[in-house]
Amino acid sequence: MAALLEVKGLKAFYGQTQSLYDVGFELPAGGITTLLGANGAGKTTTLRAICNMVRTDGTIRFDGKDIRGKATEEIVRLRIAHVPEGRGTFTTLTVDENLRIAAYTRRDRQAVKNELDRVFTYFPRLKERIEQQAGTLSGGEQQMLAIARALMLGPRLMLLDEPSFGLAPLIVQEIFRILKRINEEEKVSILLVEQNAALALDLATHAYVLETGKVVMSGPSDVVKNDENVRKSYLGY
Amino acid sequence: MEQFLQQVASGLANGAIYACVALALVMIYVSTDHINFAQGEMAMFSTYISWQLMTWGMSFWLAFISAVVLSFIMGVLIERLILRPLHNAPVLSIIVVFIGLLAIFNSMAGAIWSYLIKEFPSPFPKSSFGIAGVIGPHQLGVVVVTLIVLGLLFVFFRYTPLGLAMRAAAQNPQMARLVGVRVDWMLALGWGLAASVGAVAGIMVAHIVYLDPNMMGGILLYAFASALVGGISNPAGAVAGGFIVGILENMVAYAGNQIEKATGIYIIGNGEKLTVALIIVIFVLTVKPAGLFGRVVVKRV
Repeated sequence: MAALLEVKGLKAFYGQTQSLYDVGFELPAGGITTLLGANGAGKTTTLRAICNMVRTDGTIRFDGKDIRGKATEEIVRLRIAHVPEGRGTFTTLTVDENLRIAAYTRRDRQAVKNELDRVFTYFPRLKERIEQQAGTLSGGEQQMLAIARALMLGPRLMLLDEPSFGLAPLIVQEIFRILKRINEEEKVSILLVEQNAALALDLATHAYVLETGKVVMSGPSDVVKNDENVRKSYLGY
Repeated sequence: MEQFLQQVASGLANGAIYACVALALVMIYVSTDHINFAQGEMAMFSTYISWQLMTWGMSFWLAFISAVVLSFIMGVLIERLILRPLHNAPVLSIIVVFIGLLAIFNSMAGAIWSYLIKEFPSPFPKSSFGIAGVIGPHQLGVVVVTLIVLGLLFVFFRYTPLGLAMRAAAQNPQMARLVGVRVDWMLALGWGLAASVGAVAGIMVAHIVYLDPNMMGGILLYAFASALVGGISNPAGAVAGGFIVGILENMVAYAGNQIEKATGIYIIGNGEKLTVALIIVIFVLTVKPAGLFGRVVVKRV
């Protein structure tokens, strides 16, 4: 399978501080890959680096083309949807507006409407809340809104930063089921960053383990799952 | 009674002007967290442009529309050329730039068109417009024109994709980038729109206060008071605040006159109207900093 996203020798900097030293991985088209690691290992930074939200060095290829250093909004327009840490809800806008904003570059109103309807098949709960101010949604609903908004971009690649953060286990399971469906039905490739390693390894086909800004281990999820170190450090048994 | 209604009506007309300038201030404030002190002088400059176009033979409304469009371009250019390079600069630097712009526009207008006070025409027909004894044709016209402009802006921001993108960019710029919004251009557009709304206010008020490079000084102060009353980050509040301040200043002066008539003691009159604006500013900032319609923003540190 050809790599949709290819990252090599990625370094990232916050001001003078370097937080990624050598991150490299490949994401096959249509696949789900997860980045694991402890707090501060550089998972979120890696996602931010792909969208040029931090200063970077190295190579980031999307669909064979180098995208490193392009403006964030131009990278997004290549149909890379980033669901950020903390969900990035436009709190004063309605649910409807939060979704439509992701389609604002598109002139075809009918297509936008169809897209909305399709997104609601995954998240029927959002449809009930359509005129509500997004800031009044529960945490789980805001996470669903964030994923739904990413879908409105018609993405080829979705970058998900801790979709389980702060949510009840039942909601997390629901969201992960939906992510699986999105991957299968919409052919969206997913790069998942997750604290909950057990969940992430169940969903993903490939896993990379980060430690202080470097990839220290990688492989198919099953292999990584059974690795002694990973089991002790991240799965806790 | 008739005098009372007159005062309310002229308060509404002034309030419409304040509402426009206050809205211009708020539009820039919500997306940049800065108050553009040069907003009034930019509006004054736009008014001179419309005057120049009229003396070159354009009709009032053609000159009006041309000046509004030129102001839009001027606003975009100021953002792109002057403020863009400063977007990481400390607040004080930006304030100094705003004050610099204020001085530059003021002296440029003086240099090009001289400081002599000029008359400015009213486009509204003298007869059969307005309500006899209560509101004059120009005052009613000002209210109608500004309400149309405010209505258009409301529709633009509420119902168009571009308006939505501008609101999103102002609310959460980083997330807006992540859905493909070109946030930098949204800021420039916001500046353009603010300059245009300011131009409408300037051209409408020039018939009342006459045209001179200092015509907007007091009005900017009223507009600032209006924006504060409405809650500095609330566009609808700024508009409401404009009308409230417009009526309030007239009511205070009117009450002062009535008291003087009844008791012979002079407390406050037309001469102290600007003081009313300043008192409002101080009062709001000390007693209710969030304004009437604003929300208290709590920042985690």
